[in-house]
Amino acid sequence: MTVDDRFTREFRQEPPAGTRNEVIAGPVSDWASDFSHLEPEWAADPYPIQDDLRARCPIAHTDRFGGGWLPTRYEDIASIAYDTERFSSRSIIMSNYRPPAEIAPVGAVPPISSDPPFHHDARKLLLPAFTKKEVARREEATRAFCHSLIDSFEGAEVVDAARDYAQHIPMRVIADMLGFPPEDGPRFRRFVESALEGVNLPPEERLARMDELFDYLYAQIRNHVADPRDDLTTYLIDVELYGRKLEPAHVAGTIALLLIAGIDTTWSAIGASLWHLAKTPADRERLVAEPGLLPTALEEFLRAYAPVTMARLVKEDMHWRGVDMKADDWVLLSFPAANRDPGQFDRADEVIIDREINRHAAFGLGIHRCVGSHLARMELRVALEVWLERVPVFGLADPSAVTWAPGQVRGPRTLPVRIG
Amino acid sequence: MKVTIDPQRCQGHGRCYDLAPELFGEDDEGYGRVLGDGVVPPGEERAARVAAANCPERAIDLAEEA
Ligand code: HEM
Ligand code: HEM
Ligand code: SF4
Repeated sequence: MTVDDRFTREFRQEPPAGTRNEVIAGPVSDWASDFSHLEPEWAADPYPIQDDLRARCPIAHTDRFGGGWLPTRYEDIASIAYDTERFSSRSIIMSNYRPPAEIAPVGAVPPISSDPPFHHDARKLLLPAFTKKEVARREEATRAFCHSLIDSFEGAEVVDAARDYAQHIPMRVIADMLGFPPEDGPRFRRFVESALEGVNLPPEERLARMDELFDYLYAQIRNHVADPRDDLTTYLIDVELYGRKLEPAHVAGTIALLLIAGIDTTWSAIGASLWHLAKTPADRERLVAEPGLLPTALEEFLRAYAPVTMARLVKEDMHWRGVDMKADDWVLLSFPAANRDPGQFDRADEVIIDREINRHAAFGLGIHRCVGSHLARMELRVALEVWLERVPVFGLADPSAVTWAPGQVRGPRTLPVRIG
Repeated sequence: MKVTIDPQRCQGHGRCYDLAPELFGEDDEGYGRVLGDGVVPPGEERAARVAAANCPERAIDLAEEA
């Protein structure tokens, strides 16, 4: 047997190729022609902005981020998600940097950054570990962990449901799946914030933060090469694609993706659901009385507070549904806006916890359907079940103290609730 | 009534096997599959309709005559 030396060299990012544009930040003049998902107004409440745009300018534009579009109708968003011929996933975070075209079809973090035909093969490697049946094996440990978090509230009158509860659940679950030390959770949080919320930081700083993430990942990977275990990291180190093991950058990129995609998103979904229940006593009381309704209610929380917005890059100049898109324009793909389109949902702006027909797109549409959707649903259900069982009565301690993450993954980051 | 899944459209969201576990299951990669021959037993028609109406990819077809 030969020694696996793929991960032994000191790994540093190549000097960045690709294109960069000047950062434009500050108040938005008109959302139809100058939108920015990084401004505080959007973070605080994007829905009225999206509803207004859908009615008056359903494919909005901005010159920020080097140029981009924001469709707000379900139909348009679905069409773009399905159209991988004309819209690339080469970068899925709308920022001031566009990776070079040669990075396709693999991208930095397969499979989310990959285009066909490579995408399918990279995705297939992950699917078996994330089926409903596989993730069910983690339910008991997840439940016990949720209980331990609530145990730690003992004696407190006010707790932060985002910071002290929601955040920890996906961190622990993904650390367990990857075989990383559970106490490294707080570091993951920093990585997540850098990737998703640091979009307008200077490039040197973004790069330095990226290096920190990858240094950590390569150290974990080397540790697994030396000491293989029954976990996802060892699986990715050993798995073969096209008859050979994966490139080191593919292994590290996929792990980075799982870490980043798995934490922020689920934390946001749990937090937004608890926020809704904290401010809506009728729904909270009904779910406490009828726990069997939770799976239905949870889909409605995912629809109404869908945490994830993706992005695409336009491949070539084209006239698309009335607008002139240029090659390398961004498209901000707002699944949250799709989920509130009255053309698709009755009473789209209301939260109806027993909504029976709910064809929402919180986990995306088409070939990039969230690989972690079964895991996320399990975490969300268990987190809410345990909370409602242990803390059936709670409310917002101070509505004005609630803060929301800016950027493409949106959920409460500070959520003080009164439990005593 | 008979149900079928279009494998070209199915992306494995799993709404069908969540909502109508008597009629649908998952394969090793999480894609939906019809259990048995897809003929909906009496009493399961409503579950079949709910599953079809919740599939985000519109991959489930319901044939009323079967
Ligand atoms: C081997 C892997 C990677 C390389 C070589 C790489 C390289 C780069 C470079 C050079 C930049 C430009 C910095 C700037 O000007 O702002 C960048 C930006 C960025 N990277 Fe990475 N990166 C990698 C992996 C990742 C991972 C794993 C994530 C998180 C999931 C990520 C998320 C981002 C984000 C959000 C940006 C901002 C712009 C964009 O959308 O590309 N990158 N990356
Ligand atoms: C409520 C929680 C979550 C939401 C709302 C969510 C949402 C999404 C969405 C909308 C996409 C589509 C991306 C696109 O179209 O470009 C996606 C992709 C993905 N998600 Fe999630 N996600 C969640 C949790 C998770 C978890 C827990 C994991 C894994 C640990 C995960 C892993 C992934 C991966 C690997 C992809 C890429 C799939 C591909 O490109 O084929 N997600 N997610
Ligand atoms: S709900 Fe639709 S997409 Fe999901 S598994 Fe069933 S058929 Fe496939």
